Amino acid sequence: MREVLFWGFAGMAIISAFLCVTRRSAVSSALWLVSTLFDLAAIYVLLDAQFIAAMQVLVYAGAIMVLFLFVIMLLNLGREGPGDLKGWGGRIVATALAVGLVVELWALKAALAGEGGFQAVTAAYPLPEGTVAGMAEAQGVVGLIADTLFRQYLVPFEITSVLLMAAVVGAVVLAKRKL
Amino acid sequence: MLLGPALGLSAILFTIGVAGVMIRRNAIVIFMCVELMLNAVNLTFVAFAQQFGPEGQVIVFFVMAVAAAEAAVGLAIILAIFRHRETVDLRDINMLRG
Repeated sequence: MREVLFWGFAGMAIISAFLCVTRRSAVSSALWLVSTLFDLAAIYVLLDAQFIAAMQVLVYAGAIMVLFLFVIMLLNLGREGPGDLKGWGGRIVATALAVGLVVELWALKAALAGEGGFQAVTAAYPLPEGTVAGMAEAQGVVGLIADTLFRQYLVPFEITSVLLMAAVVGAVVLAKRKL
Repeated sequence: MLLGPALGLSAILFTIGVAGVMIRRNAIVIFMCVELMLNAVNLTFVAFAQQFGPEGQVIVFFVMAVAAAEAAVGLAIILAIFRHRETVDLRDINMLRG
């Protein structure tokens, strides 16, 4: 059941991502990207990361994509233009490079997750299957992340708040006409 | 066990993002392709979190914060460029070309 759902959502994600890259109008690109993000949220649920899935929908599909759509509307780029895809030369080069990249990544995956490869590389470390799901059941889905975030990763968490503050100030300075 | 398929999906989505950056000329769409690449990496972290404990999910949290900051600043830059040159087409934005 889990596998069937995973492959369904994975296919949807790949198709949506492809359409996001190839649509002419920026608005339809953005909407296909939202579809990809929702599919990824569903896949996170299947991978026992329910809290991350909720964050994905709220932060990515919600906040960040609204920001994108807002800028597209503000700059009036929504209408179907002549298209900004590169010519055939550029497309062929891009496809060749992309195929090379996916072959490399696939080789990496095969070395890491293949038959015994993953277990051989990290034999001492990985937890047995279902451990994280069991921990989530014991501590709660949010509690599991909060425990790690606010004990082990407290300093990075605080630094993140400084980063967001800097980003907000920077965005206002850049986007304002006159200060 | 979905680790292998999840890594494969992540590789494909990352590659689609890279191809998008290479074939598009609209700065905003290129930006969205970068977000797609970030999401592919997040999927890798979540997939490995099943094997290595919840640290992977915490890292995804940080990646989301960085992506939000990046989107805010990047879109502000695009807005500023549009105000100066009335375009977001990268063919027309070549001030740094030697």
